[in-house]
Amino acid sequence: MPARITIKNLTMAYGSLVVMRDLNFEIQDKEIFAIMGGSGCGKSTLLRHLIGLQEPTQGSILYDGRDFTATDPAQRGPFIQRFGVMYQSGALWSSLTLGENISMPLEEIAHIPAKTVRDLVSYKLSLVGLAGYEDYYPAEISGGMQKRAGIARAMALDPDILFLDEPGAGLDPLSSRRLDDLILRLRDSQGSTIVIVTHELSSIFNIADKVIFLDTATHTQGALGNPADLRDHSDNPAVRLFLNRGEHPTPPP
Amino acid sequence: MPSAVSLPPCAAWQEDGGDVVLALSGDWKRDGPPATVTGISPDRHPSRYQVSELGSYDSTLPAFLFSLLRSATELPETKDKPVPALDGLPENLRGLLTLALAVPEENARLTTPLHSSEIRELGKITVQLWETIRSLLDFTGQTVLSLARFCRGKARFRSADFWLILQQCGAQALPIVSLISFLIGMILAFVGNVQLTNFGANLFVADLVGIAMVREMGVVMTAIIMSGRTGAAFAALIGSMKVNEEIDALQTFGFLPFDFLVLPRLLALLLMMPILTVYANVVGILGGMLVGALVGIPPVLYWTETLTSVDLTNSSLGVIKSVFFGAAIAISGCMQGMKAGNSSAAVGEATTRAVVASITAVIVLDSTFAAIFALLKI
Ligand SMILES: Nc1ncnc2c1ncn2[C@@H]1O[C@H](COP(=O)(O)OP(=O)(O)OP(=O)(O)O)[C@@H](O)[C@H]1O
Ligand SMILES: [Mg+2]
Repeated sequence: MPARITIKNLTMAYGSLVVMRDLNFEIQDKEIFAIMGGSGCGKSTLLRHLIGLQEPTQGSILYDGRDFTATDPAQRGPFIQRFGVMYQSGALWSSLTLGENISMPLEEIAHIPAKTVRDLVSYKLSLVGLAGYEDYYPAEISGGMQKRAGIARAMALDPDILFLDEPGAGLDPLSSRRLDDLILRLRDSQGSTIVIVTHELSSIFNIADKVIFLDTATHTQGALGNPADLRDHSDNPAVRLFLNRGEHPTPPP
Repeated sequence: MPSAVSLPPCAAWQEDGGDVVLALSGDWKRDGPPATVTGISPDRHPSRYQVSELGSYDSTLPAFLFSLLRSATELPETKDKPVPALDGLPENLRGLLTLALAVPEENARLTTPLHSSEIRELGKITVQLWETIRSLLDFTGQTVLSLARFCRGKARFRSADFWLILQQCGAQALPIVSLISFLIGMILAFVGNVQLTNFGANLFVADLVGIAMVREMGVVMTAIIMSGRTGAAFAALIGSMKVNEEIDALQTFGFLPFDFLVLPRLLALLLMMPILTVYANVVGILGGMLVGALVGIPPVLYWTETLTSVDLTNSSLGVIKSVFFGAAIAISGCMQGMKAGNSSAAVGEATTRAVVASITAVIVLDSTFAAIFALLKI
């Protein structure tokens, strides 16, 4: 059985500026997969490639063994329908209220009756701790709240695969904790696969099954594996340093 | 706080038994005089610093030392750069400098700027021009496809959005369109009156105002107002959605951004421009009538004279043009918004370009129509 997502020899670039080259990894079904690396190393860029907003310079991305990158962008509907995406900036539609942000896909894409939509909206908002905020506009709430509303919107259509770009940034420790719980529950009860970009080491160790480390220095995949294993046994010193919060770790035995 | 007399900052290179010593003295302040460097600067880092005469300092001193060390480190092209010695410096300076010098070299983006020459610039401009033409054609093509999807009932956008846009570029534009058209009608009447009175033919002011309004002025002035008002608003809104990744979000939900954003705006303008144009024509003629009354043409007479010259052919020309102008304004505005870069400054630029592009498009289209109508002898 093919992996949920397979990345083969992926090279990403902006014009002549190569961001990452030769990425090779797989994300299994129902896995919580973390992408980490220094600021500006290309995590968001990788995410944009995975959801088809940018085309790879080389290599391919497969979903359940079917080639996503070789599919004509206009024919990608069946893939995209299974995605839920939370952008680093939140990217809420600013002319709509939080409620409308979540209800729009429900109404326009899934054609769900109005009463059900209302219930779904308030349920999803409560999941991220924003109960009762239906009628606020994105500009009227704080940055951390916008992020959480972005997560609620990403979950609107109960996606198979959830992509989250730094959902924990700007959240207080309690909200951050709650978010980790939410991610684990989504995986356990809905069977979602979750791809998450994060710097929060505590949440990496709490929830991630597997993590990829993008190495800024070499512009390649620095390490891949279970976070605790990598912290203690990775043969890449940059990875051990990163996972030990910048404190010099003991060399591997 | 009264401070002692401040001494000028000075860095002096000294030799001390084979060692290179940099002696720092004076007060290093942002608002003080620039530092003077004395002695011959060797091609290496100082091995020690001498700070006994150093006064007070702010970031200017570490910045000076940093650039000194940086330029010296860049000399040898080796992988392992020598760590410069910081002996003799005050503790707090040493800490900051160590931190600044520890920036991983890989992170500092090394870009080699291309040398520009006139030929290269010319080539760049040509390529850009070609790109602009291509993207315009591409965008127009996409607009047609999107309209086709709409006609087959396959285009998806929020109807609430459409009604809102319709209101913004219809009802809300009425006051400004009224004012401008009324004044244009009056101006035409004044100018015409001055000339025609010479021939004792000032009744023909009504013909002049009528024909000029319905064929040209009504529709062109409306189009220019809508370029500045609506075209700019389209570009700003779509541009800021682009910056905030809102368009990406639409796309990943399976909405076609083109249908969702461009189509309702295009439809709204296609619908509203003819209506506004007819309205502007009527108001302009009323403006002319007011001036006529002032110079002694009774309104009833003015009205019948207008009706003899403004026939259906004449008045339909303006309305036909208005549809094309509406499309041009919507396309320019939306295209500049969709093409906007990823910063808020880019939104401002997009807005400006949208206004310039749509006014240019309107005038160019209008001259084309003038030529066609002349050929057809309409
Ligand atoms: N539109 C763009 N054009 C050119 N270069 C870009 C563009 N967007 C990003 N980059 C470059 O690509 C690299 C990766 O950017 P990206 O946003 O993916 O980083 P990131 O890992 O998400 O960083 P952060 O943790 O700060 O969000 C950066 O070095 C950035 O300068
Ligand atoms: Mg990012």
